[in-house]
Amino acid sequence: MPLTPVLTKRFGTNAPWLLDNYENLDGYAGLRKALTMQPDEIIALVKESNLRGRGGAGFPTGMKWQFIPQAKPGEAAKPHYVVVNADEGEPGTCRDLPLMMNDPHSMIEGIIIACYAVRAEHAFVYIRGEAVHAIRRVSQAVDEAYAKGYLGENVLGSGLSFRITVHGGAGAYICGEETALLDSLEGKRGQPRLKPPFPATNGLYDAPTVVNNVGTLASVPYIVLGGAAWHKKMGPDGSPGTSIYSLSGRVANPGQYEAPMGTTLRELLELAGGMSRGKDLKFWTPGGSSTPLFTAAHLDVPLDFDSVAQAKSMNGTSALMIFDTDDSVVRAVLKWTQFYEHESCGKCTPCREGNYWTAQILERIWHGEGTPADLDTLLDVSDNILGRSFCALGDGATSCITSSIEYFRDEYLALMSADRPALSGVSA
Amino acid sequence: MSSTTEPGLQATAAGVNTGGVQTSTGRVPGGPRRTPDGRLSLLDIERPGDPSVFGEPVRAAALELVARYPVGQSRSALLPMLHLVQSEQGYVSADGIAFCADVLGLTKAQVSAVATFYTMYKRQPTGEYLVSVCTNTLCGMLGGDEIYRTLSELLGVGMNETAGDPGTPGSITLEHAECLAACDYAPVVTVNYEFFDNQTEESATELVHQLRAGNRPLPTRGAPLCSFKEISRQIAGFGDARPEARTATGTGVPTEVGVRLAHERHEQAPSYDHPEDGHQADRPGGQPGSSTGHAERAAAANTGAASPTSAHDAPLQTADSDNAGPGPEQRKETD
Repeated sequence: MPLTPVLTKRFGTNAPWLLDNYENLDGYAGLRKALTMQPDEIIALVKESNLRGRGGAGFPTGMKWQFIPQAKPGEAAKPHYVVVNADEGEPGTCRDLPLMMNDPHSMIEGIIIACYAVRAEHAFVYIRGEAVHAIRRVSQAVDEAYAKGYLGENVLGSGLSFRITVHGGAGAYICGEETALLDSLEGKRGQPRLKPPFPATNGLYDAPTVVNNVGTLASVPYIVLGGAAWHKKMGPDGSPGTSIYSLSGRVANPGQYEAPMGTTLRELLELAGGMSRGKDLKFWTPGGSSTPLFTAAHLDVPLDFDSVAQAKSMNGTSALMIFDTDDSVVRAVLKWTQFYEHESCGKCTPCREGNYWTAQILERIWHGEGTPADLDTLLDVSDNILGRSFCALGDGATSCITSSIEYFRDEYLALMSADRPALSGVSA
Repeated sequence: MSSTTEPGLQATAAGVNTGGVQTSTGRVPGGPRRTPDGRLSLLDIERPGDPSVFGEPVRAAALELVARYPVGQSRSALLPMLHLVQSEQGYVSADGIAFCADVLGLTKAQVSAVATFYTMYKRQPTGEYLVSVCTNTLCGMLGGDEIYRTLSELLGVGMNETAGDPGTPGSITLEHAECLAACDYAPVVTVNYEFFDNQTEESATELVHQLRAGNRPLPTRGAPLCSFKEISRQIAGFGDARPEARTATGTGVPTEVGVRLAHERHEQAPSYDHPEDGHQADRPGGQPGSSTGHAERAAAANTGAASPTSAHDAPLQTADSDNAGPGPEQRKETD
């Protein structure tokens, strides 16, 4: 599978985040073309391209846009909003921040096209607060876009107005969940809402709202320029296009590799120079810590939404955290579980209480005080979290527990035996 | 900095126990609440708080934040406004909460509920530098746990505790952080949220020594360091006026590794207008259409000495855009 830089194609060129340089590399050509089309044509195009959301869930973007009530808003109608989920924080995920740092205008261009398509005037970019470097860069890019007439009144002579507000978060993983993000953007605690109703009809300020990930929106200008058929030339029919695969951990050359959807870890490892310290692959995440673990048996699973789901995991954010045979899977699962315990917003009892207990049980096991019955308890508690909370945080928290017990039960049991292995790096 | 008095240990130095009782003379404005034995109260939101400790410029800035949101939706400015009061006092104090409530017409309970939900709002005065060590699974297992332990011992402080008098030069607040979305640079440490990549116990120790000595080492990526209060103001949404922040690359080897490899291997995405072309990898040594590609021509102009001119005075035709990526000759040399 060849590398196919699209979203990352400007990385490494001369200061691509500056508007002049972006324009010289096809920048805002997609918007100019989009403004010659009807909004409904753009929605149809994105639908036809089968672009699926890059934030992890893989929901078809065009369909999400189509859910926005598309009748021309009357005087009494609520305004429509576009909200960008740039609250990147899923462990292992590290592709939206580099994209905003290097090529913020591609996202901005996609936002304006999305606004035009769904008849919104005001968009919000919710960037996680710790990502001050991205807040700085995107804010500067937005200022440039205003100065050049891509934002503001009568954009490119269209008679239409578009505004973007950059909004910094304040440190809460849960705000990557779209309804928690909306509550946070409204100045509240970031806690998820019960769905339905969905944001498409009752989103920000209870108005019709599209919430899209950074990479999803940045893909839109290329689809407008290249067409749906071009987009579908890459990757499988069910989830076409490219994915920025983020390789981290025990690989020789970690980083961002943009390749067609459906590329395998075996292919990606070859691109990344193999494992980093001469040990064999042991376990890895196909799409962040909330996706069930894979092992060396999954090296040839095509990494796209449908194929990964068939292999009992999730494509998520294509965040491949890679661990080798010297890494303890129990330690990894303990640390992930402590993360979910800390980040559970507390709204739903199964998630709040369940993660509180699973973290303690794992800690007990890690310190050699567990019993085989603890594994049953872990699975039982996980079963009571899964599907019983408002949002996917609780579901995601159980992924690493259940999958690790499935694939590495013996390693748990070894920690319970009298001659258990010596602990290394025990500050988990 | 502002009209407010620097929070910190002056209260202790003066032997004043603010005790949660707000009087015109009995406490340092903006200072933290202390227990009778002189320790900082865990929650400095118990006393009533005094919005008037923030001067007119802060109120004007707060109203500027409100104006960024639709009419009638002023509460959306609350998170930025909490960053703003933190930028004045180095933490979110009872006064800061009272100020936000006052400006937005909310109750202090509503504001407190928000302020205590998010980890970036500090409840005690923070050092000049907030040093965050990622100890989430990936960074932690690649050395982050050891780095945190080393720094904790070196500074003699634990989670969210401060070495030195908060706010004074070289003071450091330590925390272990959840995933900072830089896993390809693991293990990472941030100082006031600016990245120091691929750290070791030794490099992180040296970094902290430098900060304690009053120096500001350059982050691996992003802008030069500023103080915690200054960075909080940026997060609130007030831009960074420093030219060096605008030009800081914010990129590194892992960010560009894939696109560079694609260039080396002569691989790229299919071109827009020649469906039969397929991938360039199918045409060894070829540069299909690159001499006529709009992106290539524009990129070539971009790297020239002449100031780049916009090629988009008229709507661009798709057909004019041959390849989806800039050619190798336009890629700047950074290695």
